[in-house]
Amino acid sequence: MTHHLPVLLVVVPLVAAPIAALLNRPRLSWGVAVAATLWALYAALELLSQTMATGAIHYELGGWAAPYGIEYVVDPANAWVVVIVALIGALVTPYARKSVEQEITEDRIPLFYAAFILCLTGLLGIAVTGDVFNVFVFLEISSLSAYALIALGNDRRALTASFQYLIMGSVGATFIVIGIGLMYVMTGTLNMADLADRLPEVASSRTIPVAFTFLTVGITLKLALFPLHLWLPNAYTYAPSAVTAFIASTATKVAVYLLLRFFFTIFGATFSFDVMQLDRILMPLALIAIVTMSLVAIYQENVKRLLAYSSVAQIGYMVLGISFASVLGLTAGILHLFNHALMKGALFMSMGCVMYRVGSVRLEQMNGLGRAMPWTMAAFVVGGLSLIGVPLTVGFVSKWYLVQAALEQGMWPVAGVVLLGSLLALMYVWKVVEVAYFREVDPELGISEAPLSLLAPTWVLVLGNLYFGINASDSVGVATRAAEMLLGVL
Amino acid sequence: MTALGLFNYWAVIFLMMVGFYTLIARGNLVKKIIGLNIFQTSVFILYITMGKIAGGTAPIFVKGGEDVIYSNPIPHVLILTAIVVGVATSAVGLSLVIRIKEAFGTIEEDEIQDESL
Repeated sequence: MTHHLPVLLVVVPLVAAPIAALLNRPRLSWGVAVAATLWALYAALELLSQTMATGAIHYELGGWAAPYGIEYVVDPANAWVVVIVALIGALVTPYARKSVEQEITEDRIPLFYAAFILCLTGLLGIAVTGDVFNVFVFLEISSLSAYALIALGNDRRALTASFQYLIMGSVGATFIVIGIGLMYVMTGTLNMADLADRLPEVASSRTIPVAFTFLTVGITLKLALFPLHLWLPNAYTYAPSAVTAFIASTATKVAVYLLLRFFFTIFGATFSFDVMQLDRILMPLALIAIVTMSLVAIYQENVKRLLAYSSVAQIGYMVLGISFASVLGLTAGILHLFNHALMKGALFMSMGCVMYRVGSVRLEQMNGLGRAMPWTMAAFVVGGLSLIGVPLTVGFVSKWYLVQAALEQGMWPVAGVVLLGSLLALMYVWKVVEVAYFREVDPELGISEAPLSLLAPTWVLVLGNLYFGINASDSVGVATRAAEMLLGVL
Repeated sequence: MTALGLFNYWAVIFLMMVGFYTLIARGNLVKKIIGLNIFQTSVFILYITMGKIAGGTAPIFVKGGEDVIYSNPIPHVLILTAIVVGVATSAVGLSLVIRIKEAFGTIEEDEIQDESL
């Protein structure tokens, strides 16, 4: 049983999705979703502890030996990502019940849960598979269900946001397929480990750099690196609250993982950074993302949109860490992957609570919410502090490592930009705090605190922000091991 | 190989650019989906072409034929999956267009943008 965990992690949710759709009762479908996400969380934690204890797990699908068959590989890097995705999934599902009841018409709720579980399946699949074509298939499973989830939003602009995401996402995925095809033509294999062995022989050909370029553009489109982020703000703003909380803290993280996997495991750091000089393009884009997107966030009146732009800036931090191509830099990037999932999950969930009670997340309607909904706004404040990078929160830990990685390479200006980003984050978080705490609430509206089923998952993430901010040794330990493994220093 | 020998690859590049251009330049959402389809189709042809080996036959084992050249079936199998994905993408995209038409009364991008303000 435990031997089959890598595949059961993906297959159980995959089977649960049609069951949720067929049951066709909101409560029953929700129950299926809870069961599926809890299973995924159990399997993910089990896999993480196994890989940390005994090293990478290799699982041959259907007993076909790699590299001919499809292989699932779980090592510290992807076990970590699997845990993040499963954890957020397991927290969003209990949260979704009430939030979704209010935001989505009843006949669509079972389909919502089916799409939700499918999206989770796809993201978990991308993370565990060791086969590049399998990556594409799971990528499309998660993307197609994400388009459907976003289109379920109340606002009709959710439809155009979803359509725009579909067009850009499909182009990105097709670019990835082209890259995979060109790699296959040169090496005759699709297995990641096998590709890593065979690519150096043909790396001097013209085809491999072209494949590399297609993959870079495709993946950075999926992870919304500036300037390929255009699909993200609308999609996050108009999607149902639960969907935003889930997608914002998982989908882009999995894409960042893909970037790591392709550039470090498959192409190797030497080819990616010395031959192709990827850092020369990633680092400027990451820095521009941090500064400009934080600036844009300051001018937003819709808090979900504000947080969406902030997400693009935060992705900049992750990519910046990766672009150092050092153990410290990668550690910072991988650490921020986890930390950002915690903070953005908490922030978007608290906005879901506001949406539930107020029916809008526009700033002008949030006057005095700090008094009307103390727990919700307290969650927002802690999440916001984490976003800024105040000590005792996770945001501080990742910024600390990021600044250290920049200083290690003598890049003072880069460290300066990281700190400037924190300052800008302070400005946009303060904007919300000011409205919520220093303005009078309209007593006629009679706004009360959000129900417990919404607050509890939010606060689990908030406490996670504080716990991993104070006791960072676990998360840093895993991130360092993952970074060392990706760079091959182990 | 001569330029003519690479005919399929020229076709791939041509179709890819036609699809990509349509996708970017057209404001009509259905035409965008058509562009996306052409773009994806070009990749199908790319994969199918790379599986073909000159003089190769269908990859069915021939008894006693050690010197038979077989075409590589794997790209064909892979692209079968990608075709299914492409069909699913088109289906989701077109159903979104239907709902956009219901909600906005138009499927022209600029008119939708005016409506959204």
